[in-house]
Amino acid sequence: MNKKPKKKKNRKILQNWQLYIFILPAFLYFFIFHYIPMYGIQIAFKDFVPSLGIWGSEWVGFEHFTRFFESYYFWDLLKNTLGISVYELIVGFPLPIILALALNEVKDGLYKRTVQTVTYAPHFISVVVMAGMIIAFLSPATGIVNHFLVLLGFDPIPFMSDPDWFKTVYVFSGVWQSTGWGTIIYLAALSGVDPQHHEAAIVDGATRLQRIWHINIPTLVPTMVILLIMNVGNLLAMGFEKILLLQNPLNLESSNVIATFVYQAGLLDAQYSFAAAVGLFNAIINAILLITVNQIAKKRSETSLW
Amino acid sequence: MNSAINETGVDKFMKIFIYIFLTFALLIVLYPLIYIISASVSDPAAVNSGEMWLLPKGFTLEGYKMILENDEIWRGYLNTIFYTALGTLINLAVTIPAAYALSRKDLTGRNFFMGMFVLTMFFSGGLIPTYLVVKSLGLIDTIWAMVLPNAAAVWNIVIARVFFQVTVPKELEEAAIIDGCSNFKMFMKIILPLSAPIIAVMALFYGVGHWNSYFNALIYISDKDLFPLQLVLREILVLQEMSSQSTNLTGNMAEALHSKQQLAAIIKYGVMIVSTLPVIIVYPFLQRYFVKGVMIGSLKG
Repeated sequence: MNKKPKKKKNRKILQNWQLYIFILPAFLYFFIFHYIPMYGIQIAFKDFVPSLGIWGSEWVGFEHFTRFFESYYFWDLLKNTLGISVYELIVGFPLPIILALALNEVKDGLYKRTVQTVTYAPHFISVVVMAGMIIAFLSPATGIVNHFLVLLGFDPIPFMSDPDWFKTVYVFSGVWQSTGWGTIIYLAALSGVDPQHHEAAIVDGATRLQRIWHINIPTLVPTMVILLIMNVGNLLAMGFEKILLLQNPLNLESSNVIATFVYQAGLLDAQYSFAAAVGLFNAIINAILLITVNQIAKKRSETSLW
Repeated sequence: MNSAINETGVDKFMKIFIYIFLTFALLIVLYPLIYIISASVSDPAAVNSGEMWLLPKGFTLEGYKMILENDEIWRGYLNTIFYTALGTLINLAVTIPAAYALSRKDLTGRNFFMGMFVLTMFFSGGLIPTYLVVKSLGLIDTIWAMVLPNAAAVWNIVIARVFFQVTVPKELEEAAIIDGCSNFKMFMKIILPLSAPIIAVMALFYGVGHWNSYFNALIYISDKDLFPLQLVLREILVLQEMSSQSTNLTGNMAEALHSKQQLAAIIKYGVMIVSTLPVIIVYPFLQRYFVKGVMIGSLKG
């Protein structure tokens, strides 16, 4: 390619100029709404004054970062952010795999389709409605969950105002909403298993469980690794919209995460530079996690994002 | 294929276990959905006191009547329909041509464009710098703030590109070029007629996204006349519940809040259904397209 004379390359570009028109809107979109904001990150190192603009504002170096690291809420924010994400990863990651493996064993088409259709459905519920459902179902006085608890002889639990419950509520509502949808990609991978493997295994006297363990699960490993890398890379950014909706002054001590803090400080309190610095800190940690996990995966399983 | 072979006891047990597990999953997901439907047509008192478990008690359409009479919900609904239609149109106009161009091996610089797009999946300016760009473009409190900042999604461009790579035969393109067909003409006359499935998938992905999105509106829109449905819902379903816990409200605000709470208590389950209705109606018909879209995307990252 590189050795091709320049003239020929230029002619090819000219010949296909219309293709560049096709790509132009997308190019402009990513340039304006993604790359200009990247340029804007520098306000994290400046004292941004809107009237002076990004360029004209004064450099202050790492002042905003230092202020964030030294603040009394820093460790709480980090603890909540990581706590919620890791909790979600541990509970939420294996479930779609288990459900997909189970669905794959069912030969009855109608039953399989019913389970799939129903478990996919919550994926399409908006995050606002989801938050509304959580709040309505978990209400101490009127929610159905607490009516059940009382029926079983327990005391009602004020889920939304008790900080100890926030993470569990967040994680399990997410499991309810997205486990079914998460099976799709694993089911697609499982449909690629050669039936001859199973036939041979059956002839050799393998039980169903052994076949799942020795044939199906190894098939899923590359998909699992890719999804795991992606999830870990997003560890600090997960589910921010739902957290924002479920947050209230009473559960703040366990629900305040970096992303909601950026929203609060930046958009509500208009501390643009400080919030941008906190956001950048978050993004850098994400990038480091992504790269690290990708490297580990590459070494261990030869599957990686790049 | 394995029915001819006798199943051992272990296998039978495993099979039963799998069926129990799946039925459990089914019921866990289904119960809240049925509960919401029942609660929306039940006597609110029966719902709140816990007398209604599964099927409606004290049937009433009062909640729906109030929803229909509520101007805010109507306006939100209309706004959302508008944002969804306009937004999806823009999404398609950006995604489909770009994906097609990227699927062409003879596009010089395709790796550069692809790299530029994909990089944004892993690194972004973040909330505040993005907000400042939208603000400096003068989009705050305009309909454009609802559609332009999400004009395309990288993942969807990738899915559409793979679709074009897989479905459009290279020979067809080459033959058309030899016959002197321009790229514009090829796109309009050959590619678009072949793209109905991918356009459907993309329209659905983007459409549902616009229908359900609230965060853009939350940060960019403060004019109530421009509120999409999800922001109206947020006020009804989420805010009233939370502010009831704060005590330092002025008399006027507290009164307005009180009437809103009364309203919310009656209509909360109804609005969940009304707002999700379009997606629910479309969903059964288009489920396979959704699934197909995800699968196309998973073929190749």
